[in-house]
Amino acid sequence: MAEMTIRDALNQALREEIIRDENVFIMGEEVAEYDGAYKVTRGLWKEFGDKRVVDTPITELGFAAVGVGAAMAGLRPVIEFMTFNFSILAADQIINHAAKMLYMSGGQFKVPIVFRGPNGSAYQVSSQHSQALEAFYANFPGLKVVMPSTPADAKGLLKSSIRDDNPVVFLEQERMYGLKGEVPEDEDFLIPLGVADVKREGTDCTIVARSMTVPLAMQAAEQMQGEFDVSVEVIDPRTIKPLDIETIVKSVKKTNRLVIAEESHAFASVGAEISYQVMEKAFDYLDAPIKRISTAEAPMPYAKNLEELALPDVPKIVAAVKEVCYL
Amino acid sequence: MAEKFLMPKLSPTMEEGQISRWLKQEGDTFEANETIAEVDTDKATMEMTALAGGTLLKILKGAGDTAALGEPIAITGEKGEDIAGLLSEISSNGRGKSPEKAEPKEEKREEKSEEVEEKVPTREEPNEVAKEGNEELKEEVSETEGRSYDYQRPEAKEDATDKSPKSKVQSPQFENGRLIVSPIAARMAVENGVDLKSVKGSGPSGRIIKRDIESAMESGQWSVVSGQKEEVQTTPSFSASQTQGASAYREETTSKMRRIIAQRLSESIGPIPTFYLTVEIEMDKALEFRKLINASLKEDEKVSVNDVIVKVAAMASLKHPFVNSSYRDDKIRFYEDADVGVAVAIDEGLITPIVRGANRKGIAEISREIKEMASRAREKKLQPEEYTGATFSISNLGMFGIKEFTAIINPPEAAILAVGTAKPTAVVEDGGFVARNLMNVTMSCDHRVIDGATGAKFLQTFKQMLENPILMLM
Repeated sequence: MAEMTIRDALNQALREEIIRDENVFIMGEEVAEYDGAYKVTRGLWKEFGDKRVVDTPITELGFAAVGVGAAMAGLRPVIEFMTFNFSILAADQIINHAAKMLYMSGGQFKVPIVFRGPNGSAYQVSSQHSQALEAFYANFPGLKVVMPSTPADAKGLLKSSIRDDNPVVFLEQERMYGLKGEVPEDEDFLIPLGVADVKREGTDCTIVARSMTVPLAMQAAEQMQGEFDVSVEVIDPRTIKPLDIETIVKSVKKTNRLVIAEESHAFASVGAEISYQVMEKAFDYLDAPIKRISTAEAPMPYAKNLEELALPDVPKIVAAVKEVCYL
Repeated sequence: MAEKFLMPKLSPTMEEGQISRWLKQEGDTFEANETIAEVDTDKATMEMTALAGGTLLKILKGAGDTAALGEPIAITGEKGEDIAGLLSEISSNGRGKSPEKAEPKEEKREEKSEEVEEKVPTREEPNEVAKEGNEELKEEVSETEGRSYDYQRPEAKEDATDKSPKSKVQSPQFENGRLIVSPIAARMAVENGVDLKSVKGSGPSGRIIKRDIESAMESGQWSVVSGQKEEVQTTPSFSASQTQGASAYREETTSKMRRIIAQRLSESIGPIPTFYLTVEIEMDKALEFRKLINASLKEDEKVSVNDVIVKVAAMASLKHPFVNSSYRDDKIRFYEDADVGVAVAIDEGLITPIVRGANRKGIAEISREIKEMASRAREKKLQPEEYTGATFSISNLGMFGIKEFTAIINPPEAAILAVGTAKPTAVVEDGGFVARNLMNVTMSCDHRVIDGATGAKFLQTFKQMLENPILMLM
């Protein structure tokens, strides 16, 4: 085990997979000579050269399409979007082509491609650059959607995503690139897609969090334990699709209460889907209505104070936990 | 406040109930949980208990009258209250009238048909109305972020069946006869038999939540729900029989399929639709087994083949509960032990002394009991409890050289075994002939509870145990 940031854990995963499989290559804006806008691809171009690490013009639809074609032809592209906000330009390739190809070709063409990059808010990048798109992509059959929250998960999940034969939307978080944690150095360290992780065990209330809200939920859990002697269980689904609902349901059956903390907007969110599935599978175990903490129903404000108000934070999560615990 | 007392749902499939008799008369007071009337449902006569104390002010449905679910059958409240308003409300919306059900009363219908025509729902309509009403109800409840928990509360039906605007939800708890309970609290209440009406809710709008049930159970300040527990019970537990020494039993509500099977087969063949299964059993090992047992016993203690068969049948029947059961229309009664009746011929006929709990007794003990009871049976000195209430019977005519026969089921038992003689027979084995003692056993099965496969599986176990008595130990 070595301590490293999520940024370096992703870098390590990319490097190991490039070495392991000659079909793997990285493509995107500034990924090569500039080492990536967020330095996730640092050193890879120098080490592996133009063939494996490819700089593109500012043409999201174009290089996403090149990636889909390359995947159909047998390569395993990793397409980096500088932020996932720009993936909206390439949505036709992701949704209409990558997601549908296996189905519409009657199983002839698989598309083993990873679309990765930061998702959600950063620091004061305003309305057009702060969007959390997991619910959008998770809505379409054919795509897997992955969201790591720790360096180890980032490494293990990215490696699994690259090795997966389906198109994977791999959502990182800019605010979390510098987050440190222990990471196994084993080159075959994989975390299977579709398996949730219980980040903290508890008995009184379950918080389902993902990506940026996981560390917030952990802090909220600490606070609830310290101030109210309430034992909170924190579950990170890690993969949004396929969703490991069994782990969540099992937890809710134990705690009878559920709070969902997410960075996306509330309407038709992943949290809404989880709420529905928990209602369906564990209705008789609930002691309180499920509570969600999401980003405010407004375009992300630029002003720092307003941005902070719009986003989920520890006090909001604590308040929600107290509410479902009737405290 | 005077309230309508509505026909409650007393069985899962009940759609209407007929008042069998009122245990309270107009003017009588009653306590919460006290039985105030008996109601014939589609299944049985059920006790109808009050959910809260009060006075029976007016009986709207007398003994013999039929009322649909949720229809007012009485008015309850405080002594001396004015109920004229309620009565006129009931008669004006037609709910106080006799519904046209299975036994239409011609006179009444003619007399009232004019005023009633528009308002009395036809047989199908009340359900439609109820459904519609329920949907409204659900929407309203979700707005208040709670959950309606109606099943224990017949009054709650009022909201669902009454379309008048005044029945809209006003306050979330009690006042209009509705509780708000979190799903897990509801579940815990059902599992522990806690009457939700006796629990105070501490959640928003008085919602009863998990901790309320927990603290109610801890403090012991809650009352048990009557009448509901039996249906809700999940783990089988046996209740003692009224006959002393007889096997304890548990009852399960007869499934709809089971009831239809029972009904159809009875129509075809008589009250007990019987079918017969015959199996051929190689008795060599059982005979040897008996010889081994007898080697250590005195002459007058020696066990017979039939004693071994009684023991084996008892052991096998416990592995196949339907064989050791009894069909009772709405219920199937499963017995904990096998009380085996053994047919004994006496001068004037036949009597079946019972070996109680034969599954738990040793073969020597079974043998001793049968001998002793058989001799008293011949002297006509058996007590009734010694020959009534078996759970399963065996008739053995092997000693008369009968090869095979069918016996008649002794109701309410579900089966009887007819045992023929064990006779050396040439059997093909490894390409040659060998002599084996073969015995034919025919089981008569009550098809209302035992299906062909059930009976066959029992006989398979029975055969295996006799052919390899050591299996009885398993």
